[in-house]
Amino acid sequence: MTEALLVGTDLHKMYGTTPALRGSSLTVRAGEIVAVMGSSGSGKSTLLHCLAGIVRPDDGTVVYAGRLISSMTDVERSALRRRDFGFVFQFGQLVPELTCVENVALPLRLDGVRRKEAERRSREWLDRLEVGDVAGKLPGQISGGQGQRVAVARALVTEPKVVFADEPTGALDSLNGEKVMQLLGQAARDTGAAVVLVTHEPRVAAYADREVVVRDGASLDLERVA
Amino acid sequence: MSIGHSFLGLLEGKPRHGYDLKRAYDERFSPGRPLHHGQVYATLSRLLKNGLVVVDGLEPGEGPERKRYAVTDAGITDVQAWLSQPEKPEPYLQSVLYTKVVLALMTGRPADEILDVQRTEHLRLMREVTRRKTGGDLAEQLICDHALFHLEADLRWLELTAARLNELAARVRP
Ligand SMILES: Nc1ncnc2c1ncn2[C@@H]1O[C@H](COP(=O)(O)OP(=O)(O)OP(=O)(O)O)[C@@H](O)[C@H]1O
Ligand SMILES: [Mg+2]
Repeated sequence: MTEALLVGTDLHKMYGTTPALRGSSLTVRAGEIVAVMGSSGSGKSTLLHCLAGIVRPDDGTVVYAGRLISSMTDVERSALRRRDFGFVFQFGQLVPELTCVENVALPLRLDGVRRKEAERRSREWLDRLEVGDVAGKLPGQISGGQGQRVAVARALVTEPKVVFADEPTGALDSLNGEKVMQLLGQAARDTGAAVVLVTHEPRVAAYADREVVVRDGASLDLERVA
Repeated sequence: MSIGHSFLGLLEGKPRHGYDLKRAYDERFSPGRPLHHGQVYATLSRLLKNGLVVVDGLEPGEGPERKRYAVTDAGITDVQAWLSQPEKPEPYLQSVLYTKVVLALMTGRPADEILDVQRTEHLRLMREVTRRKTGGDLAEQLICDHALFHLEADLRWLELTAARLNELAARVRP
C-alpha cells in the first residue's frame, strides 16, 4: 500500500483563457482508492484526464510506475491505457451495437485475446458484478444501474493497475449508486487495482481510503494538513 | 436514546432478566456500543420506582441483573405513548459549527480551516461507518445508513458554508 504508483506533480492546464488546473498534485499508491472531490468546474475531470495520459498538461509531470508519461510515444501511451488502466465514466459509454458481454470483452480483444477466451473471462466479470443475466443484451435494453455494472466489468476485465472512475454513480439513484460503488471497491480490492474516484457524493467517497479536494484547479490533501 | 422505553418494549414480548435485557438491547439497538452496567441498573430502578415494571422472579445471586422483570399495564401505556410521539428533529452540530465559523470570521481567524478540519473528520467517520456497514447484516446496515445520511447532510452544510464564506464574512465583520 505504500508504493507510489502514479504521481502527478504541479500540474497546470489552460483551456483557452480558462485555467482548469493550477498546480495540482496527486500521488496514488498501489491498491488504494482515492476519492477526488470538489465543486463543479474545480478541475477534477481535468486532473483525472492528465493522470490517465488522456490530456497533456501544459506544465508539471505525471509519472507512472517510474516512467514519465509525457515522454512516451503515442503507441506506448495507448498500450499503457489499454493494459494498465481501466476507465468508468458517468454514462457507461458502452458500444450500443455490441452485446454486454462483447462490450466487456472489447479491451481483451483489442489486446489480442481470442474471442472465446475473452468472452469467458467477460462472463465471469459480469457474474461478479451481479449482472450475468444481461450478458446477451444490448446496452439499450438494460437499466442505467446495470449499464454501470457492465462498464465496471469492462474496466476491470484486463485486471488493470489503476481504474479511473469519473462520477461512476453520478447518473444513478443513491441505492444503485452505492451498490455500484461497493462492487467497484470490492473488485478493485480483490484484484489489487488502485482507483482514482471522482465524485461529489460523500456517501460514495466514503468507500475510498482517503480523500483529496480540488479547489480552483489545485488539489488539497486535507488529511495531510489535519 | 430512551433506554427506558426500549427496555419496556423489549419486556412487552416476554419477561426478561436484567442481563438478558442488556444483551437484547446491545444486539438490536446499539451494536458495538454496549450499555454500561450502571446504565442498566439506573434505568431498571427508575422503571421499578415509577411502577412501569415489576420484579416477577429471582435467580440465585445478587443484583438487578439476576432479577426477572415484567412490564406493567402502566409500562405498556408508556411505551405506546412514546412510540406515537414524533421525535424532535435534531439541529445536530451545525449550531456549534456556525458559532465557531462566525467567531473565527469576527476575530480574523481562518474560518475555512475550521470547515476543512470538520470535513475531514466527518468523512473519516463516514468511511469507518461504511466499513462497518459493508460487513454488516441488514439491521446493522440500516443503523449505519441512518448515521451516514446525517453525516452527509452535515457535509453538505459544510460545503455550502465554505462556498459562502466571503458573503458571511462581509456580514459579520465589524
Ligand atoms: N475541453 C474543454 N474545453 C474548454 N474548457 C474546458 C474543457 N474541459 C474543461 N474545461 C474547463 O476547465 C475547468 C475545469 O473543468 P473540469 O471538467 O476539470 O471540472 P470538474 O471539476 O470535473 O467539474 P464537474 O464537477 O462539473 O464535472 C472548467 O472551468 C471547465 O469549463
Ligand atoms: Mg467532471
